[in-house]
Amino acid sequence: MSVLVIAEHDNSELKSATLNAITAAKELGDVTVLVAGSGSQSVADAAAQVAGVSAVLHSDAAHYENGIAEELTPLVVSTAASFDYVITAATTFGKNLLPRVSALLDVEQISDVTSVVSADTFVHPVYAGNALETVQSSDAKKVLTIRTTAFEAAETTGGSASVEALAASDAVGTVTLVGRELTVSNRPELGAAEVIVSGGRGVGSAENFAIIEALADKLGAAVGASRAAVDAGYVPNDYQVGQTGKVVAPSLYIAIGISGAIQHLAGMKDSKVIVAINKDEDAPIFQVADYGLVADLFDVVPEMTGAL
Amino acid sequence: MKILVPVKRVVDAYVSVRVKSDNTGVDTDNVKKSLNPFCEIAVEEAMRLKEKGLADEVIVVTIGDKDCETTLRSALAFGVDRAIHIKTDNVLRPLAIAKALAKLVEKEAPQLVITGKQSIDADNNQTGQMLAALLNWPQATFASEVTVEADKVTVTREIDGGLETLTMALPAVVTSDLRLNEPRYPKLPNIMKAKKKPIEAIEIADLGVSTASTLAVQRVDEPAERQAGIKVADINELIEKLKNEARVI
Repeated sequence: MSVLVIAEHDNSELKSATLNAITAAKELGDVTVLVAGSGSQSVADAAAQVAGVSAVLHSDAAHYENGIAEELTPLVVSTAASFDYVITAATTFGKNLLPRVSALLDVEQISDVTSVVSADTFVHPVYAGNALETVQSSDAKKVLTIRTTAFEAAETTGGSASVEALAASDAVGTVTLVGRELTVSNRPELGAAEVIVSGGRGVGSAENFAIIEALADKLGAAVGASRAAVDAGYVPNDYQVGQTGKVVAPSLYIAIGISGAIQHLAGMKDSKVIVAINKDEDAPIFQVADYGLVADLFDVVPEMTGAL
Repeated sequence: MKILVPVKRVVDAYVSVRVKSDNTGVDTDNVKKSLNPFCEIAVEEAMRLKEKGLADEVIVVTIGDKDCETTLRSALAFGVDRAIHIKTDNVLRPLAIAKALAKLVEKEAPQLVITGKQSIDADNNQTGQMLAALLNWPQATFASEVTVEADKVTVTREIDGGLETLTMALPAVVTSDLRLNEPRYPKLPNIMKAKKKPIEAIEIADLGVSTASTLAVQRVDEPAERQAGIKVADINELIEKLKNEARVI
């Protein structure tokens, strides 16, 4: 079986989510990575080094610079013709692009795959992770997005795949990128962090989030937030952990002032160790926490930062 | 400009769903159903565009059994002009839904389709993108801000790591993210008016769309339960446990 993995990148580096998708792809067959970008040779070279990658297809053109779905779709659809599977990570990039490809291939996509049962059968969460659906696909070609937290990242070295140039599809030109505002941070990326410190509505204000950030910096952690904290305007939406935000599974997740709504739990309950700090001892977050501390966060969080 | 807003009836966001004991699915009988929250945001956005004078007509559409009429009525209560009910007793997956909507778009010729980025039951996050693909229209998914000018739409999107702004020619498909707006609470006179508005019914077979799926659900399981751990007395005990027991710091 042959598997095509669509690489996510910024024209200089391969995104770590693609490494998780490659691990899932390896369970299905021989892995080819498609790198479509502009001035993206370093990405193609990096993809060729990833352990378990058999081949890299590299298509470089100005209209692939910004990862616009309308531009990438014709290339992915035509390349997909000779593959049994088409896969991306279930990031905002993959979620945006792949259904467009799937519809043109007349294939029913399976979203957020967490487990490969067999060549045609996959598990994926529904109802915010409150149920796991096992589905069998009878489509000749399978189109899947991969829940990155369910698969280890493939090693970035050890591979020696060939890089083959692929002719670009024609520019479509219907969509123009006006600009991007990316959160600039020295902290690790939420999706790939080993430790995450998250704050909820209990933090009380944007200013108060500084105590969450101070603890995160002491631990070398990423900063997350509940939807309530995002809705209240304490932090930007890309901090959001949950069903409607990011799904994370770090080694250590510290939930501070977070009650533990179903939609938040859906985004973090696969973390290895969960710590909850909340002054309400009945908060549902304690039902999933390995270590719970019933206390006023304004007392104990600075104390923890000081003690570490 | 005409705006089409596809909406979905789902199990209410505040219901704790249960997997059936025979593992064939999730128990959806006798639980509260509501307009999918992301679709509600889409309806609100369409109405705001109409209220700004940027749209002439807002139409909602749903696909499903007779109970979906309630969902259309709750969308109509936002002040929506009219509703279309594509009737089927089968549960459709995104590709079939997108095909049916594409047929409707041919008929209604809207310049803008706004729908939710995902439904909170199946969580697929596919329908808007698939519809855009079938129509060969541009798409702006996960929108947090939508600005319509003459023949184009500019959309700020929620992406991993921040925000991205795209501009595209109309017609286009936009899918709503959470922060796009806060939906209104419909006023009583609008709720009353919504009860009297006509709902056009179309049989899905008349659109020439098959409801068959290539995906077969084999089983549905509860996720592994996480056990509650212990309560610690203070920060020193917490740090000691994290260092020596869990070994994560």
